Amino acid sequence: MLKIKRNHLYSIIVLTLLMVFLYWLNANRLQNGMLVSVLQKGVILALVAVSMNLLNGFTGLFSLGQAGFMSIGAYTTAILLIPVQNLDGVYYMNGVHPAIRAFKMMVASSPEFIQIIFPFIALLLGGLLAAFAAAIVGIAVLRLKSDYLAIATLGLSEIVRAIFSSPQFDQVTNGSYGLNKIPNFPPMLWGAIPSLITPFIVVSICIVFIVFLIKSSYGRAFKAIREDEIAAEAMGINLFKHKSMSFIISSFFSAIAGGLLAMYMRSIEAKTFSITLTYDILLIVVIGGIGSVTGSVLSAFLVTAAKEWWLRFFDQPLLIGSWQVPLFRTGFRMVIFSILLMIVVLIYRRGIMGTNEFSWDRILKRLKFKRSKEGGKK
Amino acid sequence: MKEILLKTEHITMQFGGVVAVDDLNIEIEKDRITALIGPNGAGKTTAFNVITGGYQPSNGRVTFDDLVIGENYPRSKMKKIYNGTYKTPFEKQVVNTPDKITRLGMARTFQNIRLFKDLTVFENVLIAKHCHIKAGLFRSTFMLNREEEAKMLEDTEALLERVGLLANRDEKSSSLPYGKQRRLEIARALATGPKLLLLDEPAAGMNPKETEELSLFIKEIKESFNLTVFLIEHHMNLVMDISDTIYVLDYGKTIAQGTPAEVQNDPAVIRAYLGVDEA
Repeated sequence: MLKIKRNHLYSIIVLTLLMVFLYWLNANRLQNGMLVSVLQKGVILALVAVSMNLLNGFTGLFSLGQAGFMSIGAYTTAILLIPVQNLDGVYYMNGVHPAIRAFKMMVASSPEFIQIIFPFIALLLGGLLAAFAAAIVGIAVLRLKSDYLAIATLGLSEIVRAIFSSPQFDQVTNGSYGLNKIPNFPPMLWGAIPSLITPFIVVSICIVFIVFLIKSSYGRAFKAIREDEIAAEAMGINLFKHKSMSFIISSFFSAIAGGLLAMYMRSIEAKTFSITLTYDILLIVVIGGIGSVTGSVLSAFLVTAAKEWWLRFFDQPLLIGSWQVPLFRTGFRMVIFSILLMIVVLIYRRGIMGTNEFSWDRILKRLKFKRSKEGGKK
Repeated sequence: MKEILLKTEHITMQFGGVVAVDDLNIEIEKDRITALIGPNGAGKTTAFNVITGGYQPSNGRVTFDDLVIGENYPRSKMKKIYNGTYKTPFEKQVVNTPDKITRLGMARTFQNIRLFKDLTVFENVLIAKHCHIKAGLFRSTFMLNREEEAKMLEDTEALLERVGLLANRDEKSSSLPYGKQRRLEIARALATGPKLLLLDEPAAGMNPKETEELSLFIKEIKESFNLTVFLIEHHMNLVMDISDTIYVLDYGKTIAQGTPAEVQNDPAVIRAYLGVDEA
């Protein structure tokens, strides 16, 4: 009991420090542009990675459709949020569908309260749309096993992308021109939480939900399906029902993350959600550890930071004295990144965290172990 | 008046041209131990899979607790190639998935142990409690079903205690010794709250001492959980020791049935097990 109280205390302290840090970052955002953008992108990818992990790591369904569901969320959010005065600028080629314009006029003339929470409603709608799509597609796709499921979901994600960029939907999705002028993250709680911190809060809520789900009886049933489908079925677990649940929830949160990504990037096009995005996320999941939420979150930040920030200097020409170091040019960072990945995978065969989760007991134990080791040396 | 818990009528299972189970008629009496024996490839496990919903029979009907849980007749392609001994087709088609049948009160174990290997002993049993959960996904996620969840944990703990695995509760199930893995699989099946327990070769790969322990264990749980037991077995000692009724299968056909003493002396059984002198 004491231990639990102590752990809660530690968690509260760390969370407070994190919030203080975020507020500090908000105050000094101009000097720390890179840090802000890496953290925001990291946290968004963390949500996709965790939702992909729910499906791949906890339910054992090897799905590669994440980018498709993200694009559903991103497009829904973007279309709903582009300000009415910017519509003509965005849809300059084909014009906008009258229904969208009418809807936006309606929102713009609605009470202020609705306008404040509307971005969140848009995110939620994107998520629900993706969940709905997942529910329908799941009926067909979830009967497939392992590799076949991967191929089917991969194809699905490409179909979604093709639909969004098709000329038939020009007036809605702006076809291959993509959408821009998407507003940034909205502030929360009437400005108490500045817009910079919003993605962190939204993602935290989502991840906490997923963690609770995994810990619940349903989460255990998911794990049973991962371990042995036939045995799980013999234990009275309805395979289709539970697989659908996992698929729908995973798609829902992927779409929420897609919506956040649209707000983060301010402009999206169908190409953003190509299959490479799914692979990027799969990479995060594998590096973090298939079956570990903590691992996915950690590796989302690490991978994003390494890719976008820490390795940047490999892209610039480097001079030591008057000698120019060879190979240092645009694109070289990705070579280094790939080599690093290989090293990480070789060292951590099952990802950084394996299937372990974060726990204070583990960290304290390790610290104590180190200390006693040092004591032993003396 | 004897009470029948499970009844199969003219069960025939044909894969392509091969009739794996042919006209199987079994009646399992309540509170008894019934065994199904036969040489390798006799169709015992296939019969099990038909009963538990894994396969749909080509023809025949399975009734559990006065409820038809599986019924089928030769359709489309099977109609042309059907080659069972019992020719009269049944009329209805009743399909139930294995999970549904488990929830109706029939739990099984597997020939080649199928535990949730990466999970602990405790989790293995706890998962089996999920099938009767009343709370939905959201109530369960937001921990609004505290009472139910607490009861699940409590029951699991009690069950582990009763089967003597409480000391191993936090061990990974795959790290248990073989005999205990078998025991855990049975415990997991018990956690679903069955009326009928189906054991598929529970003593496979066990030494004589472990087999003896197992036979005591089966008798014990049968009494304390008010179970009816139906088992497939190779170990004659175990079968003769614990069964009340035995069915003998060979090449998909029932060649004998009766008490252990009757079956042991049946010439057809001796022929199937020991072979016939061709000369």
